Amino acid sequence: MTFDAVTAVLAIPLTAALVLALLPGYRLSAYINVGAALLTFLTALSLFYFGRPQAGPYLLVDDLNNVFIVLTTFVGFTTSVFSASYIGHELETGRLTPAVLRFYHAMYQLLMFAMNLALVTNNIGVMWVAIELATLTTVLMVGIYRTHEALEAAWKYFILGSVGIAFALFGTILVYLAAEPVIGQGLDSMVWTNLVDHAGALEPALLNVAFVFLLLGYGTKVGLVPLHAWLPDAHAEGPTPISAVLSGLLLNVALYALLRFKMLLAANPAALAPGPLMISMGLVSLLFAAFMLYRRRDIKRLFAYSSIEHMGIVAFAFGMGGPLANFAGLLHMTMHSLTKSAIFFAVGDIAQVKGTQTIADMGGLTETNPVLGWGLVTGVAAIAGLPPLGIFMSEFLVVSSTFARQPLLALPLVLGLLIGVGALFLRLNSIAFDEPRGPAFKAKGSYAPMVAHLGLVLTAGVYLPGPLVAWFQNVAKLLG
Amino acid sequence: MHSFVFDVAHLLAGSLVLVSFMLLYQDRLYALLNVYALHAFVLALSVAWQAYAQDAPHLYATAAIALIFKAIIIPVVLHRMIVRLGIHREIETVVGIGPTMLIGMSLVALSMVVMLRVTAEADPLAREDLAFALSVVLLGLLMMVTRRNAVSQVVGFMSLENGLVLAAAGARGMPLVVEISVAFSILIAFIVIGIFLFRIRERFDTVDIHALDRVRGERL
Repeated sequence: MTFDAVTAVLAIPLTAALVLALLPGYRLSAYINVGAALLTFLTALSLFYFGRPQAGPYLLVDDLNNVFIVLTTFVGFTTSVFSASYIGHELETGRLTPAVLRFYHAMYQLLMFAMNLALVTNNIGVMWVAIELATLTTVLMVGIYRTHEALEAAWKYFILGSVGIAFALFGTILVYLAAEPVIGQGLDSMVWTNLVDHAGALEPALLNVAFVFLLLGYGTKVGLVPLHAWLPDAHAEGPTPISAVLSGLLLNVALYALLRFKMLLAANPAALAPGPLMISMGLVSLLFAAFMLYRRRDIKRLFAYSSIEHMGIVAFAFGMGGPLANFAGLLHMTMHSLTKSAIFFAVGDIAQVKGTQTIADMGGLTETNPVLGWGLVTGVAAIAGLPPLGIFMSEFLVVSSTFARQPLLALPLVLGLLIGVGALFLRLNSIAFDEPRGPAFKAKGSYAPMVAHLGLVLTAGVYLPGPLVAWFQNVAKLLG
Repeated sequence: MHSFVFDVAHLLAGSLVLVSFMLLYQDRLYALLNVYALHAFVLALSVAWQAYAQDAPHLYATAAIALIFKAIIIPVVLHRMIVRLGIHREIETVVGIGPTMLIGMSLVALSMVVMLRVTAEADPLAREDLAFALSVVLLGLLMMVTRRNAVSQVVGFMSLENGLVLAAAGARGMPLVVEISVAFSILIAFIVIGIFLFRIRERFDTVDIHALDRVRGERL
């Protein structure tokens, strides 16, 4: 009997969510949370070694989503480790109560379940349900502090997220309508592998309209400008582990949904090319976010805008298409997830030490808290795309592949990148190297997740293992 | 016989768009909830008729959910919530009623132009249905944009979801998965909203979204 890893990836977080909802006592819950996340991650890894099940009407594992699943469960695991050390302080300062923490842990696992479900499902209807579930759980988590700002952020996120989700559902219905005359009524017409097999025969006009709705709908969740308004607020007001999960994972999952539909359109020669739409939204996001970085005074908001910038770059790369740009996009997405969650781990600790998120009230971190300070410096250097860290390589690939094919598009791309770098270093300078400001004591949060992520990013920048490169190249080809 | 089936479906879907317009010009919360109940009722009729026309019994379940849950339970609960919170006053709108109606009309025209053109080959029943459904979705969106009050934004969102249910019902043989999920999502959405309204009330003594706008963008 073979071990069914795909079901396990879904069942573990779901069971854990139920258990955590029933268990009082936050210490035990935190350990269970970490344990469940680790177990999920190991199960996801086993997909590489034990082969994968056949694609069914509900579940599908192929080269593309395998990468996403492993990344999601890994960052989910490290974030749960960080969260376990982070929440103790929140409890001491009275920002959270034990009852709220119980809810928080259950929601964390439910979120992991929803994201894994969105990734492994083969059914576009189930995918929609999963992304909606992920949205609702994060809405509840963002509002968990119940402060004025947290409620405002959660409400904004909820309203914009639901509108996005409504558009995505409309797009999904249109895809079904396009498929129904070809594949037949019922469940078969919502199975993604069937859709791709018959893509050439689907009605192109319907697919075009469907893609526009899906791009608007899932694009809201990716945080593409002009649908990004919820993102900075949600990142700034929620608990920091949730900011890390939002930036590092949820944006990717929504992008993954978009990629699936992009592949569908690409397989139909008569349908509109999805590339230019994604390229223009990506570029607009990049430029807009790069300029917005300059006026940020809240540290979490700063890095939230940086996430918009990087999702713009990734959308741009996938929009360009072709083996090299897709490879660069995949690499950039992976590196961004790792780096940005590492930065949020550092930021969470910093905010707890300083008791504020306002940049003006923190300074000289490299003197007062060397590990945190230099961790943040490394993280920002990575996210800004300095060599030898991983993002340098992926950005270099994006830029060079663009220069090779569309030199004119490369100009705004490089401009946006440079503007963003300037803003990040301006802020970093005052946080890390100025006169020490604000209280200074040793942070409670664990440094291990941050160090592990940054280590991976550094390793990837210096040396990418051959099998990984081959795997990514294979996926890049699959994306077309 | 076929043309009669088609005409009734057309009439019901068209009425739903009309009721969406009625939602746009309500300026009192109670009236808004009553019209929303009517909206859900028309949706239930429309879905039930689709069930009959397509000979798809599972759609009757969707119609029943629309009737019981959306046309009765939600309006009653929201009504009681309004009474308890004491906010049954007039609704502030961001844009005047006249311009809102004009925008609404152009949105309907837009959805007709888009949907009728791209679905030229589809089954006429599904085709008209989809064009009306998109109109309802866009009108719901318009309502969310032009209202400041949290309750009326929620009503706008629910009318938008009604449009989605209409679209899903019109798609022949669409698996039950989706209908259940739509109903399910509304349920969850409602719980979430309920919690939010409660917390908003707890904190600020108002459900006017305008009061939530104090912290826009950046804090110092």
